[in-house]
Amino acid sequence: MDRERFTYKKKINLPWLFTMAWRDSRRNRSRLLLFVSSIILGIAALVATFSFGYNLQNDIDKQAKTLVGADLVIQGNKPPTPQLQTILDSIGNERSQERSFASMVYFVKDSGTRLVQVRALDGSYPFYGELETTPASAGPHFRKGRNALVDKTLMLQFNASIGDSIQVGDIKFAITGTLNKAPGRNTISTTVAPPVYIPLQFLDSTGLVQKGSRIAYNYYYKFNNEADVDAVVRDLESKLDQESMDYDTVEERKRNTGRSFEDFTQFLSLISFVALLLGCIGVASAIHIYIREKISSIAILRCLGVNSTQAFFIYLIQIAGIGLLGSVLGAILGTLIQQILPTVLQDFLPVDVAVAVSWKAIAQGLALGLVISILFALLPLVSVRKVSPLYTLRISFEHARLRDPAKWIVYILIVGFVYGFCKWQIGSYMQAAAFTIGILIAFFILVLVARLLMWIVRRFFPGSWNYLWRQGFANLYRPNNQTITLVTTIGLGVAFIGTLYFIQGILINRVSLTASGNQPNMVLFDIQSGQKDSVADMAVQHGLPVVQQVPIVTMRIEEVNGMNAEDVRRDTSARISERAFEWEFRVTYRDTLTDSEKLTRGKLGAPVTSPNQPIYISVEEDYARRVRLQMGDTVLFNVQGTLVKTIIGSMRQVDWQRVQTNFRVVFPSGVLEEAPQFHVLITRVPSPEVSAKFQQAVVRRYPNISIIDLGLILSVLDDVLNKIGFVIRFMAGFSIITGLIVLIASVLISKFQRMQESVLLRTLGASRRQILIITALEYFFLGALASATGLLLAMAGSWALAKFSFEARFTPSWLPIILLFIIISSLTVLIGLINSRGVLNKPPLEVLRRE
Amino acid sequence: MDTILSIQNLSKTYQGAGRTLTVLHDISFSIAAGSTVSIVGPSGSGKTTLLGLCAGLDRATSGSVELNHVKLDQLSEDERAQVRNKYVGFIFQNFQLLPTLTALENVMVPLELRGEKNVKSRSRDLLEKAGLGDRLNHYPSQLSGGEQQRVSLARAFANNPKILFADEPTGNLDAETSDKVVKLLFDLNQEAGTTLIIVTHNLELAAMTSRIIRIKGGSIVGDEQRS
Repeated sequence: MDRERFTYKKKINLPWLFTMAWRDSRRNRSRLLLFVSSIILGIAALVATFSFGYNLQNDIDKQAKTLVGADLVIQGNKPPTPQLQTILDSIGNERSQERSFASMVYFVKDSGTRLVQVRALDGSYPFYGELETTPASAGPHFRKGRNALVDKTLMLQFNASIGDSIQVGDIKFAITGTLNKAPGRNTISTTVAPPVYIPLQFLDSTGLVQKGSRIAYNYYYKFNNEADVDAVVRDLESKLDQESMDYDTVEERKRNTGRSFEDFTQFLSLISFVALLLGCIGVASAIHIYIREKISSIAILRCLGVNSTQAFFIYLIQIAGIGLLGSVLGAILGTLIQQILPTVLQDFLPVDVAVAVSWKAIAQGLALGLVISILFALLPLVSVRKVSPLYTLRISFEHARLRDPAKWIVYILIVGFVYGFCKWQIGSYMQAAAFTIGILIAFFILVLVARLLMWIVRRFFPGSWNYLWRQGFANLYRPNNQTITLVTTIGLGVAFIGTLYFIQGILINRVSLTASGNQPNMVLFDIQSGQKDSVADMAVQHGLPVVQQVPIVTMRIEEVNGMNAEDVRRDTSARISERAFEWEFRVTYRDTLTDSEKLTRGKLGAPVTSPNQPIYISVEEDYARRVRLQMGDTVLFNVQGTLVKTIIGSMRQVDWQRVQTNFRVVFPSGVLEEAPQFHVLITRVPSPEVSAKFQQAVVRRYPNISIIDLGLILSVLDDVLNKIGFVIRFMAGFSIITGLIVLIASVLISKFQRMQESVLLRTLGASRRQILIITALEYFFLGALASATGLLLAMAGSWALAKFSFEARFTPSWLPIILLFIIISSLTVLIGLINSRGVLNKPPLEVLRRE
Repeated sequence: MDTILSIQNLSKTYQGAGRTLTVLHDISFSIAAGSTVSIVGPSGSGKTTLLGLCAGLDRATSGSVELNHVKLDQLSEDERAQVRNKYVGFIFQNFQLLPTLTALENVMVPLELRGEKNVKSRSRDLLEKAGLGDRLNHYPSQLSGGEQQRVSLARAFANNPKILFADEPTGNLDAETSDKVVKLLFDLNQEAGTTLIIVTHNLELAAMTSRIIRIKGGSIVGDEQRS
């Protein structure tokens, strides 16, 4: 006998581990594939979102110049001073200018009127890209005469055709082209006031440019040498600042556009991530059952000398393999889905998005799928290390003893991973933490509900009930039940879809409420002082009430307590916020409060009757807090060139939700009466017909007056929300389908568990119908509970959002809730029954032998 | 003769439901290398527990187990796994073949684990010796009970173990198949010069070994050396 000394060598023979993993998976591959199918959709959604995001960014970069249409744009809300005008006329190699403002236009043939964005243009803007028109030649040529380009939605709405006339202000233009797309503008941004282009040379003849008109001045430049743009901007920046003008360059626009769509794609990727998380719960639960079935094989291997690490790796390799396979399938599907996204989102996109394969997105999807499937599978997988070889001798002994404290490390890793992903996507630590905690709370509630249900059923279920009912209920808590997995995955999916649906409803409701009942629903603005009484008369003649008629004067703050913007900027200890000087105020004057206002401090200033009398103004409380204005502060206003010194004499609380004019600053009467001003009239029209008639009459007599019809805004908002809602629902749909796949997988896995039991029941004489009823009842309870909990979560979440975020009332409509509940419950039952038919249709012995 | 297995004052107790259950009580014995020993006793007497402890599948509550001069109670579970791979072979009542591996692959596993060469041909030889030359690529579910136990025997002898533990090797077989398996077991054992420890309540099988240890209520009640 040799007396060799035993020395322990820890070796990991990787090729052998791979061979064993391959061999061990042999008869389970279809089941493994089923487990992993739960993550396919999550990965697909993420890869689609990532690809879309990268392609969009790529296209924004490529098409950035056509987004702006020029190398440099300078914008302001008032005409530049002659000094600045001289500079503006000298920079760049090519120049173009535009005045734009909201105005009513009148379609002569149809006698229709509509609020539009009039854009009066000269020069050859856009220098990059083009005004896409039908016919194509209209874009460059409309500037040659009294022609107009009219947005295609308007053309459709008023059934207008090329050659028809459109009246803008006092003069008529011939429609020479339908405007399909202008640089940097998407369909949604032009929905409320669609654009109408006219040549700048005819703007004055329209009579729409008057003192007090709110006109945007845009100057477009093309530079032969791109490097000159930065130099010009650097030189001009302080001058532009002084005149409250702004600039936009290609780089700036690239950044801003990229950023806003980044937010959107990040939001979509978080929705997709939820689908992936749901899938991962499915994977974890499936692997849990898989590993339990593998305990005897692991014990045999341990007997033969496989150490705990090797055993762990044999299964880890299997999971990683199917995780990778699932991710590859997901990435392929995602790349295909990505083709649809630009179509779905086209109304929101400022550029044409190419549908190219994004390898970066695919690589990220694969890595994510691999890591997350391993992480979630680790939960049941760490137990493999604890399987004792003794299990080969004592089958029942070790069964329940697979708890491992290492699971807590895995839980921490998972939470850390979720947080890390959110941080990567959102960028903000706090928001990522909020999202992670939100998901954890939802999971926690669903798990709690599932556990509570199991406890209640076990504790209180009446023993006197029919056997089939008892059996069906008992399946909810017996060993190997799927209650927690299904309630969590389906519940979260339903909660998600439900919340999106409810929030859309809340937003629509809120606007509908303001447009319903006796609330005013039409606003006429830009009424000149001389037109004020006549317009009021016209309203009365049409049988419409004059709910409110107020004068509006625009002004800016020049100084507060003797300090101007520059002083405040320099003096870091100054109390006043710099932002106070940036705002252009629309101010009214009156001596009484309206019913949407409440005085919180001081009292309204008395009418000013002599030039030396101090002017006490009233400031809205929230605004004063934001810019840190206080009672008694002296504020010097620049009222279109005239300086007016005032003192803050009162603060007001304002209900901004009402459809009426509300103001941050209210002057007393006797100060602004002679200042350039326009008036607003608010009324209520009973029907679209009266609305159209009244609008026509007003616009024909006073073309400068603009009218906002809330009914129209409502339908536009409805349309926008529907489109956004569709995109979100499209992505959230992945969660629901993932929930269903997890459901199918769980049901199939539990089929192996339930099989023996059903066969035993059949052997004991249970009929096919009885087993069918037991199965149907079990899955109905699961589906019903999951969807009910999900819907309750959605309602609670929506209620909280409605109350605290939207400050609106939450009144869900019950029909869709009941429908969603019925659909999800029925689907669960259906899937359960379809999967059980193997047991039902075959003789018990055959099933027993096969298993 | 050298001692391959030495058991000193071995006890095993289980804690459960507020009471302590003593399964083995102060057991001591030694087994010489190359001998054949059977451990017999009625159901619940603790023989399988004793086998588990001897083979390093479990830890004793007190006492020591020394297998091939390695003190098992001082080793971790992973170290004991390597001891099993190096020195121990197993045969189980319910065969314990890996269901997803073919007969050949089942026999190959212990050799592959040791990182040995010519694993396939050696395993094939062993299976042919066991009369399963035409069943090499069959899965356990495609084999009869006797065939499965023969694969199990081939696997047990694959790594030339110094000691072979057999837990009721014929417990799941009919009489005729049992005889064939037992013959194969003793033939292979003789050929390899392995120490054989059989746990059984089959007295006929026990009678074929050179020593019979009788166990009852967790204690040794007889130790009979036969010629």
